[in-house]
Amino acid sequence: MNITLRVWRQANAASQGRMVTYQVQDVSEDMSFLEMLDLLNEDLTVKGEEPVAFDHDCREGICGMCGVVINGTAHGRGNSPVATTTCQLHMRSFSDGAVIDVEPWRAGSFPVIKDLVVNRSAFDRIIQAGGFVSVSTGAAPEAHANAVSKLKADRAFDAATCIGCGACVAACPNHSGMLFAAAKITHLAMLPQGQPERPLRIKKMVAAHDEEGFGGCTNIGECAAVCPKEIPLDVIGQLNRDLLASLFKRDGK
Amino acid sequence: MATTSKTLPGADFFTLGAEIADTKAPAGPIEKKWSQRKFGAKLVNPANRRKMTVIIVGTGLAGGAAAASLGEAGYNVLNFCYQDSPRRAHSIAAQGGINAAKNYRNDNDSVYRLFYDTVKGGDYRARETNVYRLAEISANIIDQCVAQGVPFAREYSGLLDNRSFGGVQVQRTFYARGQTGQQLLIGAYQALERQVAAGTVKNYTRNEMLEVIVADGRARGIVTRDLVTGEIETYLGDAVVLATGGYGNVFYLSTNAMGSNVTAAWRAHRKGAYMANPCYTQIHPTCIPVHGDSQSKLTLMSESLRNDGRIWVPKRVEDCDKDPRDIAEEDRDYYLERIYPSFGNLVPRDIASRQAKNMCDEGRGVGPAVKEFDHDGNEVHVRRGVYLDFAEAIERLGKDEVAARYGNLFDMYAQITGEKPYEAPMRIYPAVHYVMGGLWVDYDLMSSIQGLYVAGEANFSDHGANRLGASALMQGLGDGYFVLPNTINDYLADSAKFDKIDESHPAVVEALADVKGRVEKLLAIQGTRSVDSFHKELGHIMWEYCGMERTEEGLQIAIAKIDKLNEEFWSNVKVTGVNEDFNQALEKAGRVADFIELGRLLCVDALHRRESCGGHFRAESQTEEGEALRDDDQFLYAAAWEYTGEGAKPVLHKEPLVYEAIELKQRSYK
Amino acid sequence: MALTGLLLIGFLLMHMFGNFKMFLGEEAFNHYAGWLKGETPDGGILYPILPAGAFIWVFRTVLVAAVLLHVYSALTLWQRAKAATPSSYQAKRTLSQTYSARTMRWGGVILAGVLIFHLAQFTVHSALTAGSFGATYADSPYKMFVGEFQQWWMVALYAIWMATVAMHVRHGFWSAFATLGANTSPKAQTVLNACAWAAAILLYIGFIFAPVAVLFGWIH
Repeated sequence: MNITLRVWRQANAASQGRMVTYQVQDVSEDMSFLEMLDLLNEDLTVKGEEPVAFDHDCREGICGMCGVVINGTAHGRGNSPVATTTCQLHMRSFSDGAVIDVEPWRAGSFPVIKDLVVNRSAFDRIIQAGGFVSVSTGAAPEAHANAVSKLKADRAFDAATCIGCGACVAACPNHSGMLFAAAKITHLAMLPQGQPERPLRIKKMVAAHDEEGFGGCTNIGECAAVCPKEIPLDVIGQLNRDLLASLFKRDGK
Repeated sequence: MATTSKTLPGADFFTLGAEIADTKAPAGPIEKKWSQRKFGAKLVNPANRRKMTVIIVGTGLAGGAAAASLGEAGYNVLNFCYQDSPRRAHSIAAQGGINAAKNYRNDNDSVYRLFYDTVKGGDYRARETNVYRLAEISANIIDQCVAQGVPFAREYSGLLDNRSFGGVQVQRTFYARGQTGQQLLIGAYQALERQVAAGTVKNYTRNEMLEVIVADGRARGIVTRDLVTGEIETYLGDAVVLATGGYGNVFYLSTNAMGSNVTAAWRAHRKGAYMANPCYTQIHPTCIPVHGDSQSKLTLMSESLRNDGRIWVPKRVEDCDKDPRDIAEEDRDYYLERIYPSFGNLVPRDIASRQAKNMCDEGRGVGPAVKEFDHDGNEVHVRRGVYLDFAEAIERLGKDEVAARYGNLFDMYAQITGEKPYEAPMRIYPAVHYVMGGLWVDYDLMSSIQGLYVAGEANFSDHGANRLGASALMQGLGDGYFVLPNTINDYLADSAKFDKIDESHPAVVEALADVKGRVEKLLAIQGTRSVDSFHKELGHIMWEYCGMERTEEGLQIAIAKIDKLNEEFWSNVKVTGVNEDFNQALEKAGRVADFIELGRLLCVDALHRRESCGGHFRAESQTEEGEALRDDDQFLYAAAWEYTGEGAKPVLHKEPLVYEAIELKQRSYK
Repeated sequence: MALTGLLLIGFLLMHMFGNFKMFLGEEAFNHYAGWLKGETPDGGILYPILPAGAFIWVFRTVLVAAVLLHVYSALTLWQRAKAATPSSYQAKRTLSQTYSARTMRWGGVILAGVLIFHLAQFTVHSALTAGSFGATYADSPYKMFVGEFQQWWMVALYAIWMATVAMHVRHGFWSAFATLGANTSPKAQTVLNACAWAAAILLYIGFIFAPVAVLFGWIH
């Protein structure tokens, strides 16, 4: 199949970007979306033009490195019932002759580095604010010292599957990072190991989230709709509940 | 006892050097060695630790765990990764689980049994002392991870669930659905970010290490390229840790991440670190097959699929294009059941992989034909896939039960191939998955360069010639959380006596100039071929001649082809753009150049080891039934290769393998 | 946002029930209006806890404060969202955003505009369109209500306005409870959204009922 791509090209953070149109020939429907971009880049390289920069690494949907907006939806999920990362999107989802728009995540907290590559280090700083259990190596009790009820363990796991790709922020009309922060908060809030630091953790993480310039959550749900790991919207409800509770609790209590 | 007076195979390609021995493991009974080593190691006063800088390259299970633990101990840690966040290291992609000798199932598991299984699984080519220590600390790893909030699978009792894995006879594998690696890595990442917040660890993301600085015989720093700005910088410290993963991407197509590379390890090798057993590569039989020339990576599916799926190819070549459901039962060749009637589809990984290749070589593969080149360089198209059929299992167990057992794998297959695995057989093909070889390290995980430590998949120490399932995660975390933080102090304790070093030291100036020179050289070639095309060609050579089955003749062809490819690379590669920019072509160019050099050494190692063991199968060394045949008389050693210069023959140092706690046996599948 | 929003929804429900007194006749409705203002012989609502006539001012103060806080919060969120949006997508598709959610901000502005007219009309009596209070309507809120809504276009205006209110409530109700931490499971999400729809529909029907009754002459 042959594809017309309109790709966002931007030399660096400081420069203006624009959409540039490319034709990609001989695309196989078995290719992943990123392999189609590889094909474009091979073509550009041989012609002596600069290839399109895009982030990617594991290409099996787990590292969270890849992520572009395809035809207006993060990771190109569109109406598909199957959640996906960009690397797991395959060209069979498109028809021959399709015109495909490819853009980077657009959010103030994720400045563009080049073309489709953005800087997501704000996420790391949210985790640094408190997204951990303070247990140093060697200080752990026996693993069976704390039992965790099955449903709580499952909910913790569901939240913990977040891959930190940033699709939630890209899709959110407010460019809020709440789903990301809430996933970590819910993960640790469901486990006994996360309890001692729970009230302080949420205050610090929400403060860090706001400081990074993410928008506020208005409970619209675009984030959960594009999340490749299907983190449910209700983790944000958990975050809100914990945040309210933390206001009535002394730090460290 | 390992050295014989006979000339070793492939002797034209290397010279023999002095034997080496691991001098750090104390004498005495194996179960006392680790505690004795810890007691014997010199200590660093907590107040002095913050004055010492440890550079850690890599943020996966080994690197992330080490950086967090050393930060907690109070050292000043500089931590580097090429990805945009430490959380993206490829440890994240591990699916199955992590072993630990907890014996929660009361099924006779013990530290000794885990140790025994690992050495035996490694086909008696692992270093006994290291493996025992790994088994010993395995239980602590689980405790640590649970305390961090890693959501392992639990039962309704609220206690941790275990499953069996990789053919061992006990249930000792802890898991978190099919995402164990992800959850363990996030645990280490959180611990790491906690230390970043505490100010003990500084993270340098999107930074690639391009050289190690060795001054006065000690590793004292690294040279990196900032992948965003292109700035080439030096970082200095008291010790350097490489936790940079495996080099499976030397085969181009593998289950590794696209960015996984050998550059850090190879640069260290060129500076004097020995590379051990590079030919030990693990090829996993149940991966989703290649769809065409544009394939960029392969995806693994858990080998548990072989428990209920039946593997077959058509008996006749002309049936290969047919819908598999239209091929009559008598026209199918269930080749594993035919060749290995007692094991059937559950033969070990290496055999399952090799037979799939044989079937496809015979022309009876299925699925799309992939472009390849034969020995004479002619383009041929070969179907690379065999059927994995669940029709009988669905009939026997019902679709629901099959979905309950394998649903997520079927979904994954459907998403990648667009096929319907419940209705038609899946197609699978083996793929490179893990490398047991790596930089040589002693019991303390120190390489042959003083102060250069190597952890995780990047070192060679624990898996011998073959790795058991669910052991990679154990080793990465074991090295990072518990081994390195208890051995590196022995070296750092003397750091006050190290020579002073700063940016003007000749070794620093030279390393910086080397890196800059190399980048300029790559950019100046301006040939006609893309970096990827070289990488693909290297991959084809490696897979064809040094893949699942290796022969003397094939390896010699491979070495000649790699030499030619290397020459062409340095005269005809096209790297677009400039250094002072985010330039992915330039990143890849440096990595591929190193892969080419490593590929050659890998072939030399494979050529010299004329025995079959674990993941290394030499056609010349097999039993009548086609099983791997070890040659303990000649090859009971780890091969540590010393770099001697571009174009110069590497020197082979043998480290004899001594088995005191375990009896050496021929591995048997009967 | 959530607290003030819920307070205002509470007020709307009370206001709606008050309007139903239109069906009980002129005396009942006028008595109710006077009672709220402390003009009835018994001293009105909450007398003698509060002096007669004090309640209405406390009530109005709370409402005004709620509205102002609500607007302030909305503007802050709007500002943060703008700051977090450096450039917009060339192509953008939404997947789960409802029309109500999308129109919260501009819908809120329109809604507030009509609210000012509504207050000028029925509270301050400066924007009455069919007569004037005291002269035409003879000090009777009941007569004022009937007089104004006998004009079909006034009923149409309020029908449209109430639609914007209902939409605002539809997303606002759900969003407020989500913000207050009530949404912690998929089931809670379903229930909250159902309640939001119910509140929005109830308010719409409840408010539009009396004006429509006037228009069709059931109340006169």
